[in-house]
Amino acid sequence: MADAPQGVGRRTVLKGAVGIGAGLALAPVVAIAQGDQASARPREGDLLVTVDDSTLKPLTPDDIPLASAPTMAWAMEPKERIVRSGSRLNRVLLVRLDADALGAGTRARAAGGVVAYSATCTHEGCDVGGWMPVEQMLFCECHQSTFDPRDAASVVDGPAPRSLPALPLTLVDGRLVVARPFTARVGVETV
Amino acid sequence: MFDVRRIGGVAASVLGSCLTLVVVAAQQPAIPALPTPPPIPMPAILQAYKPVGADRLLKPDERDWLMIRRTYDGWGYSPLDQITTRNVARLRPVWSFSTGSTSGHEAPPIVNDGVMFVATPGNQVIAIDAKTGHQLWRYRRTSPEDLIALHRTNRGVALYGDKVLLATSEAVLVALDARTGREVWTSEVADNRSGYYMSLAPLVADGKVMVGASGGETGIRGFVAAFDIETGKEMWRVYTIPAPGEPGSETWPQGDQWKTGGGSVWVTANYDPDTHLSFWGTGNGGPWMGDQRPGDNLYTASTIAIDVTTGTIKGHYQYHPNDSWDWDEVSPPILVDYRRDGRTIKGLIDVARNGYLWFLERSGGPITFVQGMPYVKQTVFRGLDPKTGRPDVDPARTPGTGKVADGICPSHWGGKNWPPIAFSPETRMIYIPANENLCSTITGSPVKYTPGDRFVGASSVVSIAPGADHFGEVQAWHVDTGKKVWTHTYATSPNWGSMLATGGGLVWSGGTNDRKLHAFDAANGKVLWEFPTTSGILGPPVSFSVDGKQYIAVQSGWGVDSRSMQARLNTLTRGNYPEVPEGGSVWVFALP
Repeated sequence: MADAPQGVGRRTVLKGAVGIGAGLALAPVVAIAQGDQASARPREGDLLVTVDDSTLKPLTPDDIPLASAPTMAWAMEPKERIVRSGSRLNRVLLVRLDADALGAGTRARAAGGVVAYSATCTHEGCDVGGWMPVEQMLFCECHQSTFDPRDAASVVDGPAPRSLPALPLTLVDGRLVVARPFTARVGVETV
Repeated sequence: MFDVRRIGGVAASVLGSCLTLVVVAAQQPAIPALPTPPPIPMPAILQAYKPVGADRLLKPDERDWLMIRRTYDGWGYSPLDQITTRNVARLRPVWSFSTGSTSGHEAPPIVNDGVMFVATPGNQVIAIDAKTGHQLWRYRRTSPEDLIALHRTNRGVALYGDKVLLATSEAVLVALDARTGREVWTSEVADNRSGYYMSLAPLVADGKVMVGASGGETGIRGFVAAFDIETGKEMWRVYTIPAPGEPGSETWPQGDQWKTGGGSVWVTANYDPDTHLSFWGTGNGGPWMGDQRPGDNLYTASTIAIDVTTGTIKGHYQYHPNDSWDWDEVSPPILVDYRRDGRTIKGLIDVARNGYLWFLERSGGPITFVQGMPYVKQTVFRGLDPKTGRPDVDPARTPGTGKVADGICPSHWGGKNWPPIAFSPETRMIYIPANENLCSTITGSPVKYTPGDRFVGASSVVSIAPGADHFGEVQAWHVDTGKKVWTHTYATSPNWGSMLATGGGLVWSGGTNDRKLHAFDAANGKVLWEFPTTSGILGPPVSFSVDGKQYIAVQSGWGVDSRSMQARLNTLTRGNYPEVPEGGSVWVFALP
């Protein structure tokens, strides 16, 4: 296939784990533990980093452009700096909005005007990466589902059967930090 | 080197924990052992299961529906003629069966000597007594939680010998024992984490089972691969995007773009046993914008003729070069010999997503152009080269990176999408499920490839053509004249219905948001019978007989793209296209 990914992806995590493990006696155990951590859903206290930032710089509200296309991010376990990119369902989208425009429930989950949602569409599992600048809506380019980031990412158009799960945030030392796990199961719920 | 002592220490600690648990468990009240249930005897109908040999696939009994289109030529035609234009009004449901799955049900019921096999979303196969509707067995394979599949559907199983073959969403080929539903072997076809997934039914021919993969929106390199039916071992693999040095590679002049060039294989090929050629449709290029991958980009948006013995591409026909409109050539052409200018042509007929109907000529190798014409409003092609059929593309209707193009008709969903056409040898007509009056505005943007991520670089917004008074159509075209004979329009629905033709002068399909199965007079398009099922119908209706009685069977289960189009129309028409109920079921009909 094509070139290796540039950003912090699964392969980076795996390489990192092997690299650390090579210098230690418990190589497989460390690798497995890190793999589990990378696949685990975001947890309280996690930092956030953009998906293509190999420097792993924790994000602050100022890093998220106001009322613009979503910033794609991973949660990062803060102690060992393990990026939770081991499951594509962990991908998070960040949008910064005027805090006064947010609904009450959404405002309670926002930090510095930044709201975080699962980037995985609840319809067929595509990444929700599109942005409608006039309406300030999130947009899935696969099947045109549209979500309102000011109102709990509720579905305003398209085939998605439910909202995008939210990831509640807080601010610690000016940095965006996960306050609680996703508010609902992420991904598609077909049987 | 591992430090054995330290690992040993960890092991001892784990063992200690286990011993503690054992001690705790010993203090709990004993749970009485459950009695072992007696083995369930195999139903008689499965004990008598009739293996499917190559001869039965080549010349199926009229009672059976052994392959997704029944015959290798892809006609979707059953010669059964008990149900006719005169008595179809009396047709009634005989049984129905809930599949327990959601999402779009796009598989035809496959029927072998009274045993029905139904594939559903969620990697499920159900074996049912086709006469009574009693379940015989059920198989379900769990997909990974982080499955990448932009279309969570399945378009049917294949039968061979005493096996049932299933292509799973996560790109694993599975062989089941037709009598028990147990796995005989599995074979990983491609890496789902890199965006390869499968939605098609396998093709069985020449003692092999063949599949291809979807994933044109995740930067895959499309392929068709063949596997040994007895073992699951791969026998050959041929890519729809040529590597440097291979024929067609000159159409990918820039660097490594061929590695992520798309060319998905969405739907099962049709097959010519005389030449051993299988005819596959191929998808759009990756990413969507043609200006990001200069060249004609063979074999995207094409039909390719693959020799099933060797896996070599012997011929191809590209419907439009350098696609920028998401016009995959989803379906394969059907094999029909038709008349033109006083001669009979060994033909291929393809109703393309790009809005053109193509009459081609097949051979033992090359595929040649005979005739092409639009069957829905088409604003992008200004005409076709009279010799080659290559379209003259309007640059104003061609989107690019940072360039918007509007008024693109048909929309990215196409004049026809994946649902197959049917051909009746009695009327000499093909029957097309079409969507008219929908157009796209497409905007391209730069995109970077990351395995498994969306690799499209475009957004498409669908709109309604000015003056539109309907969307869904069923069209009938005479293959020997190349002229349209009749059109049925659906006043308030698009059409996502696969077609069936039967010997009693009837044409069948669902496809509408009113959940109905429709029966038309094949000669003139008059609606003779309709029945609303539990959900909308996408999959192909089929016909079979048991104990001398003819049945019509179909899966009902709306979802995937039909759901998307319905939602879009609901927005555009301010609420006239509400959500269609979902949830899959099998419906079987017969005369009283």
